[in-house]
Amino acid sequence: MLQRLFKFKGGVKPATNKAPSVQAPIRIAPIPPRLVVPLHQSIGGQPTPLVEVGDRVLKGQRIGAADKWVSAAVHAPTSGTVIAVEERVAAHPSGLPTLSVVIETDGQDAWIERHSFDHASLEPERVREILRDSGVVGLGGAVFPSHVKLTPAASVPMDELVINGAECEPFMTCDDLLMRERAEGIVRGVAIFRDLLRPKRVLIGIEDNKPEAVAAMQAAVEALGENFEVVAVPTRYPAGGAKQLIRVLTGKEVPASKRSPEMGVQCFNVATAYSAWRAIAFGEPVISRIVTLTGNVEQPGNWEILLGTPMQEVIALAGPKADTNRFVMGGPMMGFDLPDLSAPVVKATNCIIAGSPALFPPPAPEMPCIRCGACALACPHELQPFELYWFSRSRNFGKAQEYNLFDCIECGCCSYVCPSHIPLVQYFRFAKSEIWSRERDKNMADAAKARFEFRNERDEREKAEKAERLAKAAAAKAAEKKPAPAETPPAPAEAPAPQTVDAEAAKKAAIAAAMERARLQREAAQPKNTDGLTIAQRKEIAEIEKRRAPLQAQQQTTPNADAAQTQNSQKDQQ
Amino acid sequence: MLTAILIMALGAIVLGAALGYASIKFKVEGNPLVEKIEAILPQTQCGQCGYPGCKPYAEAIAEGEADINKCPPGGMEGVRKLADLLGREVKPLDAEEKPKQLAIIDEQLCIGCTLCIQACPVDAIVGAAKQMHTVVESLCTGCELCVKPCPVECIRMEPIAEKIDNWKWKYPVFEIKPARRAA
Amino acid sequence: MDFITPPYLTQNVSVRRVMLQVLAALIPGIAAYAWLLGPAVLMQIAIATATALLAEAAMLKLQDKPLGPFLGDGSAIVTAWLIALAFPPLAPWWLIVVGTAFAIVVAKHLYGGLGQNPFNPAMIAFAVCIVSFPALMSQWPPINAQANFVDQLALVFGQSPRLDALSGATPLDALKTALKLGEGSTSVATVTADAAVFGRIAGHGWEWVAAGYLLGGIWLWGRKVIGWHVSMSFLAGMTLISGALWLWNPAHFANPLFHLFSGGSMLGAFFIVTDPVSGCTTPRGKLIFGFSAGLLAYLIRVFGGYPDGVAFAVLLLNLCVPIIDLYTQPPIFGMKK
Repeated sequence: MLQRLFKFKGGVKPATNKAPSVQAPIRIAPIPPRLVVPLHQSIGGQPTPLVEVGDRVLKGQRIGAADKWVSAAVHAPTSGTVIAVEERVAAHPSGLPTLSVVIETDGQDAWIERHSFDHASLEPERVREILRDSGVVGLGGAVFPSHVKLTPAASVPMDELVINGAECEPFMTCDDLLMRERAEGIVRGVAIFRDLLRPKRVLIGIEDNKPEAVAAMQAAVEALGENFEVVAVPTRYPAGGAKQLIRVLTGKEVPASKRSPEMGVQCFNVATAYSAWRAIAFGEPVISRIVTLTGNVEQPGNWEILLGTPMQEVIALAGPKADTNRFVMGGPMMGFDLPDLSAPVVKATNCIIAGSPALFPPPAPEMPCIRCGACALACPHELQPFELYWFSRSRNFGKAQEYNLFDCIECGCCSYVCPSHIPLVQYFRFAKSEIWSRERDKNMADAAKARFEFRNERDEREKAEKAERLAKAAAAKAAEKKPAPAETPPAPAEAPAPQTVDAEAAKKAAIAAAMERARLQREAAQPKNTDGLTIAQRKEIAEIEKRRAPLQAQQQTTPNADAAQTQNSQKDQQ
Repeated sequence: MLTAILIMALGAIVLGAALGYASIKFKVEGNPLVEKIEAILPQTQCGQCGYPGCKPYAEAIAEGEADINKCPPGGMEGVRKLADLLGREVKPLDAEEKPKQLAIIDEQLCIGCTLCIQACPVDAIVGAAKQMHTVVESLCTGCELCVKPCPVECIRMEPIAEKIDNWKWKYPVFEIKPARRAA
Repeated sequence: MDFITPPYLTQNVSVRRVMLQVLAALIPGIAAYAWLLGPAVLMQIAIATATALLAEAAMLKLQDKPLGPFLGDGSAIVTAWLIALAFPPLAPWWLIVVGTAFAIVVAKHLYGGLGQNPFNPAMIAFAVCIVSFPALMSQWPPINAQANFVDQLALVFGQSPRLDALSGATPLDALKTALKLGEGSTSVATVTADAAVFGRIAGHGWEWVAAGYLLGGIWLWGRKVIGWHVSMSFLAGMTLISGALWLWNPAHFANPLFHLFSGGSMLGAFFIVTDPVSGCTTPRGKLIFGFSAGLLAYLIRVFGGYPDGVAFAVLLLNLCVPIIDLYTQPPIFGMKK
C-alpha cells in the first residue's frame, strides 16, 4: 500500500536515545502500600469525589465522577481503604497540591464487578458516556477526554482518523513497546473509534525508527481483517505532535483556531485506543499506564504502573545511578522537572527520565538574540520565535498575540537550535500564562464593575421608592388631616378604653405586617444578589447554603426566644 | 491696512464658525478618557484612593485632580499603565503594594448583622439578617470595605493562595550578570 | 540541581561557533587579497581586530557586563575583519582605528550591543570614514606595481609620504573616471581593454579576491550558517540592473560580470547583507532586502559620487528593515491559503 506522505516545515533531529529502554518487555510494577490518586487528571472540569475517608474501595471503582461533559472519571487503581481525601503534591511543574484520594492498598487487588459491552449494539452517545466514566483520556500526554473528541462535526464529513504511534520525543518508548506487545488491543480500540467517527480512512502513523512496532501493527491489522493503513513516517521531532502527524499523513494543516473535526480529521494516541478497548470490551477503566523509565538509570525499561504510585517508588524500579540530579516527567523536549518525588504517576505520565549533569548539561549563559532566524526555520508551526521572544521578554503581550503566540505548541525546537541559548519556550510559557492571568483579572474586574453598577442602581431605586412611599404616606396623612376636622367631629370621650386596646392590637398588627414586609423584601432582594452569576458561582453559593442549612435550622428553634426578648424590651419601654 | 484687517477678521469668522460647527457635529458624549482610565483600574471599588469607587477616581484623574498612584490594588503595574495612557511620569505607589486578597468570614463568629452586606460594593456577600454571612470567593475583589463595619471582627483578609489553576510560569531568570568576586 | 527549562537537549551551536565559521569563510578572500595586493591587509586586519576587542572590552566594562562571553562570541572580530577588508589596504593606521572604534562604540554598543544594532557596524564605519576622509578612503594600491611589505607598512604607519605612485583607484573608480573624462568618446570596451588594470573580467587581481569571497560564501551556505535568500537576491538585483543597462548601451555600461566581481559586491553579498542582526528576517523580506541592496549598490556605484555603493545601499536598506519585516510576515501553519 503506497501512501503519499506530506511534509511539515521545521522540526529538529535530536539523538533519539530510545535503544536502552526497548531491550526488556513491559514489566508490571508491584502494588505500592499507598496510592495517591489526584482527582483532576485530565483537561476539563475537576471530578467530584465519590468516596470518603474510611471507605473501602475495589479495584476499578469510580472514586471521582466527571462533573461535566469535558471531564473524565477517576478510579481506584487497586482495592484498599481510603485514608484521606486531601490536597497532595501533584505531578505538575509548580509542585502545588491538588485534591487527591489517598488509598491504603490491601494487596488483594480485588476487582469491582466488570461489565463488558458490545459497542456496535449501543448508541454512540452511550459509548461516549462509558468512555467518559471509564476515564479514557489522551494518554499521549495531553490527557484530553477522548469521548469529547469522538463526536464528529455535524457539517464536515470525517475523512481520516489518524492514530498516533509516532512517539517523536527522544528517550520515550512506552508507545513503541505497547505497539509491539499489544498491537491487537490497539487495533480493536481503533475499530471502536472508527465505528464512532465513521471516517473514510484510518491511518496509523509510526516513526520509521520503530520497524518492530510497524511490523507488529501491520500484522495485527491483517490478522483482524481491518483496512487500516499502517504508515511509517520519517523520524523528525515533532512528527508525533497531533497537528504535525495529521499534516504528514493527510496534508491538512489544522490551525490553532480550529478543532481538527472541523477539517474532517481526528487524531488519537495508540495507548488511548488500547485503553478504550479495555474499557469497552472488559469494563476495565483507566487505572494504570505504561511508563518509560530511562536516562541515568541501571535498568531502563517500560513498566505498567498503577496510577497514583508515588514517583520515588517508580524510580526505585529502575535504579537511578549515583550522579542523578533531576527527574524529568515527559520527554526531554517538552517534559518538566518533577518538583517533588512524592508526586504520583498520573494519566499524563508517559516517561520519567533520570537526568545527570552529563546527560542534561546545565545551559550555557543566555546571550542576546542575533536574529539569525534558526528558530524560525525550526518552528513546525512556522512562527517567528525571535519576534515572539522579543515581545514576551519586554512584556509586550498584545504584540506577542499578534504574532500568533497561541499557535505555539511549546515543542522546544526553537530553544533546541538557538545559538544564543535563549530559553525561548520558557519566555512563551511565561507570556501565555501572564496573558491568561490578565484575562482572568480583566473578566473579574468587568464583573465587579457590572455588579457595582447594578448595586448602585438598586440603591438608587430603593431610595427613590422609599422617598416615594414616604411622600405618599405624607400626602395621605395630609389628606387625612385636612378633612378630619370638618367631616368627623370626634367623639373623644366615647370609648377611651377600647381604643387603647385597639391601639395595642393595631401596633402588634403593624409590627407583624412590617416583619412580613421585611421578609418579602428580603426574599425579593435575595435573588437580585445572585442574578447573572455563572454556573460555577451558583454552585458555590449552593454549597454555602448547604453548609448554612444546619445553622439555619438551629436558628429556627430560637425565634420564640427572640420574639420574647423583643416583647420584653417593648414592655420595658412602656 | 484695512484689507489686511478685513482678511484676518474674515478668516477668524470662518474658522470660528467651522470650530463651532465641529463642536456641535462631533460632540462626544461623556469623556472617552475616563473610560480608558477606568478600564485600567482594577474595579475593586475599594475607595482606598479617596474616591467613592473606581469611576469617580477615573474621573478625577481625567480632570487632573488626582494623582495616578493612589490605587493600591492596581499596584505599580497599574500606575505604569496609567502613566503610559496619560503621558505622565511613573510615580511610586502611594501605599504598600499588597498581594491580591480575599475576605473570609468566620462563620462561627458571625452574628448576621448584615453590616458587611451593606458595605460590600459588589454584592459578594450572601446571607440575610440573623443568618450567617458568607463571602462568595469568586466575586470578592478584596477591597477590605467589609472588614471595618463588622461589629464582632469576624472578617479577615487573606492573600489568594497560588493553585494549579492560577499558577503562572515564571519569567526566565538567567540573565547574564557580571560575576562579582567576593572580596 | 541546576535550573534548566525544557527542552533539556540543545544542539551544539553557539554565537561563537557561528562567528568563527564566518571568519573561516573569509580566509580564502583574505589569502587572495594578501597574495595579489600585498600583505598590508593583514596588518590592517590585526589593527582592526585589536581596536575592536579593546573598544568592545571598554564598552562592556562601562555597562558592567561580563567580558568573557561577549568578547569570546567573536562578533567584534567579524566586524573588525569586515572593516579591514572594506577599507583601502594602505589607509593610515589611525583611519582603521577610528573606523573600527566608531563601529563598535557608536554603531554597536550605543544601540544596545550585540543583537540590537539597527545598522551594520562595519558599513557604518566605512560610510563615516568615506564621508569624513574621502581622499584617504579612495587611495588603493596600484594593482600592477606591487610594493613590498615594508614599504606598505611604512605607508600605513605614516613613515613615508603618500605618493601617487603608490596609490590609485580601484578598477571601478578607474572605469568611472575614464568614462567621465571621455565624455562619451570612449567606451567601456576600450577602457577595460587594459588587461593590466582590468584583468579578464573585473580588474586584475580583484577578481580573484572576489572569487575567494564567493568560495567562502558558498561554504557558509553549505554549512547552513547563511541562507541563500539575501545573497542570491543581492546578486540578482545587481545582475538585473547592470545587465539591463549593459544590453541597452554596452558602450557606456560595463557588463554584469564586471560589476559582480569588482568592488565590494561579493564581500557584500555573502558577508554584509547576510548580517542577521541588521537585516530582514522573513524569507520574502530577505529577498526584498537583498534585491534592493543589489540594485541600490549598482546605482550608487555607477551614478553616484562614491567609488562603491554597497555600504550606502546596505545602510539605506537597514533603515527599511522594520517596515519590510512587518509587511512580509510569512503565513503560519494552518493559515495558508
